[in-house]
Amino acid sequence: MFDWKWDFTWEILPRLVQATGNTLLAALIGYVIAVVLGLILALAQRTPYSALTLIVREMVEFIRSTPLILQIFFVFYVGPQFGVRLSPWTSGMIAIGLHYACYLSEVYRGGIESVPKGQWEAATALNMTVAQKYRRVIIPQAIPPALAGMGNYLVGIFKDTPMLSVIGVAELIHTANAIGSENYRFLEPYTMVGIIFLAISLPAAGMIRLFEGYVRRKLGL
Amino acid sequence: MAFFDFLQQYWPRLLSGTGITLAQFLLAAVLGIAISLAMGLMKLSHNAVVRGAAVTYIEVFRGTSLVVQLYWIFFVLPLFGLSIEKFTAGYLAVGMNIGAYGAELVRGGILSVPKGQWEAALAINMSPAQRMRRIILPQALVNMLPPWGNLMIELLKGTALVSLISVADLMFEAKQINATTFLSAQVFGAALVIYYVLARFMVTPFMRWLEHYMARKLGRV
Repeated sequence: MFDWKWDFTWEILPRLVQATGNTLLAALIGYVIAVVLGLILALAQRTPYSALTLIVREMVEFIRSTPLILQIFFVFYVGPQFGVRLSPWTSGMIAIGLHYACYLSEVYRGGIESVPKGQWEAATALNMTVAQKYRRVIIPQAIPPALAGMGNYLVGIFKDTPMLSVIGVAELIHTANAIGSENYRFLEPYTMVGIIFLAISLPAAGMIRLFEGYVRRKLGL
Repeated sequence: MAFFDFLQQYWPRLLSGTGITLAQFLLAAVLGIAISLAMGLMKLSHNAVVRGAAVTYIEVFRGTSLVVQLYWIFFVLPLFGLSIEKFTAGYLAVGMNIGAYGAELVRGGILSVPKGQWEAALAINMSPAQRMRRIILPQALVNMLPPWGNLMIELLKGTALVSLISVADLMFEAKQINATTFLSAQVFGAALVIYYVLARFMVTPFMRWLEHYMARKLGRV
């Protein structure tokens, strides 16, 4: 490329690598929140209380059909209006974790519904409590069919972390913006960010596929 | 300020933002569908070069983040002498991104058409183009419409990101109103509800209707 400056690229690389660490950290924390909260949201839709099911369902639908970037703004700015000041990291993790929890709750729901009815009946016949049924019989069987979806959303959350730049989380895009406006050069930082994203998400997607196959083989599926 | 006073004062700006969001959505949808079709068909080509081009396109756009693609198109392409106006850059980025996801749906839809249909079309001496247009694509379309519904919601949410390059869409107007009034709960809340209404009461019902319409057309009801 005619205008590409390699010395500038090398100069900004350490900052980008550091920002990559922040991006990965944000994705990881967000994902852990989503995995746990998603399970709670999925199970909350399976209680005998139909009102609770309805409320959780509508909430999940609402969050899934509105933009994450707007939710990030909402969490970050609405707190101070009521005297609660959240740091960019905290509000970012709440927003992204909640958003993906809703997606993952659907994945779990599909997994739980794929467990044959006979398994529930067998667990009842063994006089298991509800908690035992879920922990020992249902969830272990619901996880393998849910793994593909869970993996996709791990990569998805990674690719959505750039939205955190809007409230000032120093991830990759935020750093690239800063480098670009300091040096009036946007070609190298934005291109490098694109390459870093590719270099992480493509192998990650491949590894998730391998892991999924491994788990299925382990469980004899 | 009470919510209704707020709406009374700011509804024209929210409405104009919604108009821009819808325009971005429609333009990106048209572009995205065209790209999906082209890339989906190219990925099924027997020619390795054509197939390679499609795979590269799909992996690059699915492997990086929409924010990165948007910034790259808007800030980096001008350096190569290709200046794109922000409104155009907005739907171009969103449409190209969705096209990569749609291409996989098109490919899957085409592969889901039974082999007998291909053979029957061959037997009555149709050219490959006729076979694709008259026999395979209509059936593939019906098979892939349900996941397209989800993709259209993702597309609508994706258009919120064009606010990052200052396209005056709903997200951008909300951000601007928030910056001058600090009525964060009201303005971001209103914007969330508008996005939800668009997704739940316009996009989803339309896609449902399209599913039924297409299924009836093919005599599958």
